[in-house]
Amino acid sequence: MWFDYSVIWAAIIAFAVLAYVVLDGFDLGVGILFPFFPERRDRDVMTNSIAPVWDGNETWLVLGGGGLMAVFPVAYATILPALYGPIIAMLLALIFRGVAFEFRWRTHATSRFWDRAFCLGSIVAAFTQGIAVGALVQGITVEDRAFAGGTWDWLSPFSLTTGVAVLVGYTLLGATWLNLKTSGDLQAKAHKLALWSCAAMFVLIGVISIWTPFIHEIYFERWFSWPTAFFSALVPALLLICGYALWHGLKTDKHLQPFLAALGLFLLSFTGLGISFYPYIVPGALTIQEASAPTESLTFLLVGAAVLIPTILAYTGYAYWVFRGKIDPEEGYH
Amino acid sequence: MTFFGLSAELLARIQFGFTISFHFIFPAMSIGTASYLAVLNALWLWKRDESYLKLFEYWKTIFAVTFGMGVVSGIVMSYQFGTNWSVFSEKAGSIIGPLMGYEVLTAFFLEAGFLGIALFGRNRVGERMHMVAVAMVAIGTLISATWITSANSWMHTPVGYSIDANGIFHPEDWWAIVFNPSFPYRMVHTVLAAFLTTAFVVGGVGAWHLLRDRTNRQAKIMFSMAMWMAALMTPVQIFVGDMHGLNTLEHQPAKIAAMEGHYETHPNGAPLILFGLPDDEAEVTRYAIEIPKLGSLILKHDPNAEIKGLKEFSREDRPPALMPFFTFRIMVALGMAMLAVGMWSLWCRWRGTLYKNRLLHRAALLMGPSGLVAVLAGWYTTEVGRQPYTIYGLMRTSDSISPLSAQSVGTSLIAFILVYFAVFGIGSVYLIKLMRRPPVMIEDHELDKGPIRTAGITPGPAQQETDGGDGHVV
Ligand code: HDD
Ligand code: HEM
Ligand code: HEM
Repeated sequence: MWFDYSVIWAAIIAFAVLAYVVLDGFDLGVGILFPFFPERRDRDVMTNSIAPVWDGNETWLVLGGGGLMAVFPVAYATILPALYGPIIAMLLALIFRGVAFEFRWRTHATSRFWDRAFCLGSIVAAFTQGIAVGALVQGITVEDRAFAGGTWDWLSPFSLTTGVAVLVGYTLLGATWLNLKTSGDLQAKAHKLALWSCAAMFVLIGVISIWTPFIHEIYFERWFSWPTAFFSALVPALLLICGYALWHGLKTDKHLQPFLAALGLFLLSFTGLGISFYPYIVPGALTIQEASAPTESLTFLLVGAAVLIPTILAYTGYAYWVFRGKIDPEEGYH
Repeated sequence: MTFFGLSAELLARIQFGFTISFHFIFPAMSIGTASYLAVLNALWLWKRDESYLKLFEYWKTIFAVTFGMGVVSGIVMSYQFGTNWSVFSEKAGSIIGPLMGYEVLTAFFLEAGFLGIALFGRNRVGERMHMVAVAMVAIGTLISATWITSANSWMHTPVGYSIDANGIFHPEDWWAIVFNPSFPYRMVHTVLAAFLTTAFVVGGVGAWHLLRDRTNRQAKIMFSMAMWMAALMTPVQIFVGDMHGLNTLEHQPAKIAAMEGHYETHPNGAPLILFGLPDDEAEVTRYAIEIPKLGSLILKHDPNAEIKGLKEFSREDRPPALMPFFTFRIMVALGMAMLAVGMWSLWCRWRGTLYKNRLLHRAALLMGPSGLVAVLAGWYTTEVGRQPYTIYGLMRTSDSISPLSAQSVGTSLIAFILVYFAVFGIGSVYLIKLMRRPPVMIEDHELDKGPIRTAGITPGPAQQETDGGDGHVV
């Protein structure tokens, strides 16, 4: 059969990772943008715009990781040791980022310090996530269902480039989010930053797209042979449409459209990645089928996921709805 | 290869023990506090007594800080199975993974999804929906505790599986796996432990404010509520702990031998060693002060029953005795002290001196952190007593670790130690600061001025009228 439980699960995990990337992407982006907004007032508004939702956003990361362990144990057990350095750095960065939400309110003397921790934590988390993706694209040495490479395998010009790309991408998400949630000078600045980061992101997508097929022949084949070549041609066209929607939305002072267009850019890049990977889960080493857990594990969790993921989406949507609208800096505690 | 003389395995163990210890401190507080908040909010809605609302707002801030630290330290845990225990994950991920997957789907999303509304949404969604959100957060923490203790218990008492030629665990009977033999005991004992932890923290804070101002109504309420919990829950906890011990004796006799400090088998009645110094090398417990026959009486409810000693097990299958021996005694001693405080409070309540007896208040203040110490001691007993296995009797700790160099693990361990002590140390200082505020009008306090990660400052329709944009309902 061309599709089975493991393929369904691969799709669910991919969805969780995508949800994580776009959702935590915009709130990491807000942190990355801190240096451009030195005023405490602006920073309060910025953190307030993400405060009620960041925890839910980050939970998709736990589902991505925990889900991987449940349904693709071998992938989990080879990818994580291979990416030990970036993952530990990401976890530590997320700690700084997460506590800073609370801590910056609990102190006067050192609130600047926590602002810096928030910003640096966001930057490091974004950068290391990008490195992890790049390293995965490059491939992991697997022997006998275990990681068999060295400590620094993840470090390469390519993975550093993808690191920068994710950093820039999150900046774009953050800027379009602020454009959506704020008003006045803050919004005007976010508007400009969104344009710049959009331009930078296009350059980086271009570089990486040209680079990737030369890393591994499986990517080359996938991109330039029929029928997948059709998608390879379609994705750039759609990217351009999203780029235009973003630019046009900003020019005509739309609030939601640029954010949605930025999400579209991520969705497309992610789809491109998915096309390149399939049917592998660890490129070149383990296919989805090879890595999957016993069927009993897949079905047991699938029953729950089928009911629970839609429920989660519903109440998460409700929480976003409750906190909809612009953040008004005059309202509040100052 | 070693890192300053330590093997990769030992370093990974230290790292896991270190990070889980920090992680568990926060859930122990946030599980109890979430339920406490739900109770306070329900009381406010029911009685419309502003004191409850003030208490809700007061503990809400403390909860938010604890919860935040719990979340970030928890994310580390969920990735550490892969980074540091990859062989374990590869072989047993098919069983542990789905349990933790359900934890994410049923608990973590629930907590996170309703947290924003529970903390800052009162004026946006109305009292009723707000109550639902507060309850959802509390229920989420309890569901989370259920799944994770189930996963952990399965590692202590594995059932319902088969193992294939590659050593991979296959689930055969999910019902048996989830409700494995030690799960009910461990789950109840752990959740009660979290409630008691919160009760003693709340009691300690209440006592501290009573010592400064005996008339503070909010302080009286929290002290009284906490002492009720202490008086009613501690006996239950001790009873459950005893049953838990009997269950462990059945499934993990070597662990009990280590906890009791018995190297020799006592065929007709084992003593209870009150104090001593277990020495694994020499296989004796030195300086033992013992009460004859009491050990058998407690463990088998028969003074002459046989209790196996560690010498029954070959050396490489034994847990180290020193740690479980001491941590177990610390936990039990604290349990007894909690019982004493609880009973004393009943006495004072009966005599009408609950809010006047300064000695009781001092004792409650001193016992404030006792729950945190007891839960850590309990977990160390359980986990060290499981050694040398990760999955009891089936998979050794030494066969579970990732193929990483000692350098990598050593470096990450140092990074964790530095970051955790700095971040969570400072966080604890903030918590203590928050607990030192008198529980009165909240907006009087400088450091409360921030919305704790609120976007609730966007004018919700109801908000403008009720609180003049201040955000705090007082
Ligand atoms: C008995 C309770 C208990 C125990 C033993 C553990 N946890 Fe925990 N954990 C919780 C109770 C909890 C909680 C109450 O649900 C937390 C605490 C604060 C919070 O946000 O949720 C939490 C948070 C939390 C989170 C963040 C969830 C989020 O994003 O909201 C993760 C990923 C984990 N935990 C993972 C683990 C792992 C892998 C553990 C074992 C090794 C573990 N926890 C032990
Ligand atoms: C699915 C759940 C769990 C798994 C797979 C797991 C696995 C492990 C592993 C691999 C170790 C290292 C072995 C060692 O240190 O000797 C360990 C140690 C430890 N675990 Fe667990 N554990 C789980 C849950 C928990 C929970 C819920 C707690 C308590 C909050 C806990 C507390 C500890 C402690 C304190 C140690 C250190 C013991 C020591 O260093 O000897 N564990 N566990
Ligand atoms: C005073 C009477 C108590 C007794 C007889 C008792 C008994 C036990 C036993 C036998 C274990 C080890 C279970 C195993 O084999 O793995 C245990 C673990 C534990 N205890 Fe206690 N306990 C007592 C009090 C407490 C108190 C007061 C707390 C905390 C407030 C507490 C918290 C824990 C925790 C968190 C664990 C680890 C989780 C588990 O395995 O359940 N205990 N207890």
